[in-house]
Amino acid sequence: MKRKLLTLTLALLTLAAVSIPVFASASRRASQNELAIGIAQDFDSLDPDYMTAAGTKEILFNVFEGLVKPTSDGDIVPAVASDVQRSEDGLTYTFTLREGVLFHNGDPVTMDDVLYSITRRWNSDDAAAILPALAVIESVEADGETLVITLSEPSNEFLAAIMNAYIIPAGYTAQETAPIGTGPYRFVSREVQDSLVVERFPEYYGTPGHVDRITFRILEGADGLVLGLQSGALDLVAHLSSDQVIQLDPRDYDICEGSMNLVQALYLNNAAAPFDDIRVRQALCYAIDKREVLAKAFDGYGTPLGTSMFPSFSKYYDESLTDYYTPDLDKAHALLTEAGYPDGFEMTITVPSNYTPHVNTAVVLVELLKKAGIKATVQPVDWSTWLSDVYGARKFQSTITGLTSDNMTARKLLERFGSQVGNNFTNYSNEEYDAILAQALSASNDEEQTELYRALERNLTENAANVYIQDMADLVAVHKGLSGLTFYPIYVLDVSALYWES
Amino acid sequence: MKKKMNSYLLTGLIITGTFLLLALIGQFWTPYVPTDMAYGRFQAPTLSHPFGTDNFGRDILSRVMEGAGTTFFIALLTVSLGAVAGTAVGAVTGYFGGLLDDILMRLNDALTAFPSFLLALLIVSLIGPGKKLSVILALGLVFIPSFARVMRSAFASLRTANYVTGARLMGAGSSRILFVHLLPNTFKVFLPAFTIGFNNAVLAEASMSFLGIGVTPPDASLGYMLSEAQSMLRAAPWYAIFTGLTIVFLVFGVGLIGEGLQLMEGEEG
Repeated sequence: MKRKLLTLTLALLTLAAVSIPVFASASRRASQNELAIGIAQDFDSLDPDYMTAAGTKEILFNVFEGLVKPTSDGDIVPAVASDVQRSEDGLTYTFTLREGVLFHNGDPVTMDDVLYSITRRWNSDDAAAILPALAVIESVEADGETLVITLSEPSNEFLAAIMNAYIIPAGYTAQETAPIGTGPYRFVSREVQDSLVVERFPEYYGTPGHVDRITFRILEGADGLVLGLQSGALDLVAHLSSDQVIQLDPRDYDICEGSMNLVQALYLNNAAAPFDDIRVRQALCYAIDKREVLAKAFDGYGTPLGTSMFPSFSKYYDESLTDYYTPDLDKAHALLTEAGYPDGFEMTITVPSNYTPHVNTAVVLVELLKKAGIKATVQPVDWSTWLSDVYGARKFQSTITGLTSDNMTARKLLERFGSQVGNNFTNYSNEEYDAILAQALSASNDEEQTELYRALERNLTENAANVYIQDMADLVAVHKGLSGLTFYPIYVLDVSALYWES
Repeated sequence: MKKKMNSYLLTGLIITGTFLLLALIGQFWTPYVPTDMAYGRFQAPTLSHPFGTDNFGRDILSRVMEGAGTTFFIALLTVSLGAVAGTAVGAVTGYFGGLLDDILMRLNDALTAFPSFLLALLIVSLIGPGKKLSVILALGLVFIPSFARVMRSAFASLRTANYVTGARLMGAGSSRILFVHLLPNTFKVFLPAFTIGFNNAVLAEASMSFLGIGVTPPDASLGYMLSEAQSMLRAAPWYAIFTGLTIVFLVFGVGLIGEGLQLMEGEEG
């Protein structure tokens, strides 16, 4: 009898434990104008000066703003400043402080706050808060309601850098526990490892948000997010894989396809045989059908690429390069024969084993290369080995990874292929490229720079520096009835545009 | 006295035999090319693809047949390495005791305390990645301590047995006592350790793949396939079910053989 009672109690307890996370349904949240968004990792810091994780910046983009901020089109527009003037020589930027901007605690934003916020990130004793990209600043001076920033040399990337110097109240030290910014949503509460809650900031100067209250639920591990969606506990989850997406009921969720804004490629060590021969590299380009890779390993999601630039940078992106090499096994074979490999050769593809998409890509490439007579083997390594051996010591033959640009500038994607650049892990060395790169980096105006960037892209494609594959799809599951999701060229989730259709 | 076949042993031999036969065929012939991606992603089992297809559209039955051989080969070599080295250490320490016993067994403890992943990483950095042998060596080393411990106690308990004392009085040397008199009598302890170790090796091999040792994609092994199938449990349950069942089949068969042999020894004694 006693044992039976014990069993019963245990059973009930288990049941209770399993059913504790009782979530409201999506329809109930819609009627209350609330939203639950699933995210895969906790926040590293809520203090805008110290947050470094991409996943943290992605969400707190809604809470903090700089003098200027990005738009979904890839432009940079005034935010806490109402106007930006750039001097003729490109050395002086004049920002006019916007009138009536309030902090989330109700205080108006003053020039003191702005000075404090910028100086902290540019020239303070706190090394962790320093933004390296602001090193180009020579002086920061306030003049009434205008702020004049002088640079030591002209920089086309300056606005993209100052965007990340978020405006915060001068001398406020509790950002870590009760962050205060000027964005469309304000912080309400946070449970470490569990959730973060924000609410609409009604006094926002710009277009206010639609949804009243948003909970970001932290569900580490890919299965947790999918289960959360399946149970209806979550309304939106970004960065899902095609394998996760097929587990969702299409009657409940729409799948929106954005892009990861990275350049996934089979990166080749241009300094080591056989890839020091342009004909061999071109042969690989002809042998690899990128659309086949997308179909086999990504369920057809993703945007094929032909060079080191992705479509979100529409200004720089040259779409015509995507199909510069059309899949053609005969051409591949002819080039290999010419290069002295009529019977193909053996190669190793080193992949970071923790990135399943890259491993899967490698597996498909092995099959595609086999048809061209090239025997490729996949060599999975752990992430730290990859960083030290492949990316650091450049001891590899070929590898698959995705290269990104973490701010709004295309520079990072192209600069790294200069022969003298420290992070040129592919050892690409081309005199013409170096010359154009030098010109591009010192270009005085934007149009000229854009043209030069495009020339760099073409150079990479024509010389088959690497086998460019795709910009991977960023799949977002959105509950039916929820609208307004917009994709940005940088890693942010703009929740102020989301709304429930009535 | 003639050793009698028992039902455990018979069933175990049949199961393992079937498995080995399929694995052997898989080395020469499979219904489809195991790496061919032409059969459609996530196809549920049909007559032409009895085990279904995986995320790349590869035939799972063909991959299981190919992977079974690899798995069996790696598991057998791994556990043999652990068994031979472990028995040697166990025999020496258990029989002689003393200072040597202390030193070797403390070394043994140190090896146990060392996480197997670190050990594997160390071996990879020594031999270099991408070699199938490295996984056998890495896992084999991991298996030594448990064998050494089990065998040591077996040898130690028999050391003072009457027939050993008798042999020693008759002038038998240590090596003769160890090999002729003691070794056969530790069989009863050795056998279950071997079968359990074998089964552990089947599963452990999969966990090493991501370090770049052992089986690397697109080659198949049962353990690697099972760990791959985990993330597709909802999209393609048949992937995990069939690879999992195959492993269960093998582990069960080997387990039965072990059980049967033990029973046979027991009857004899």
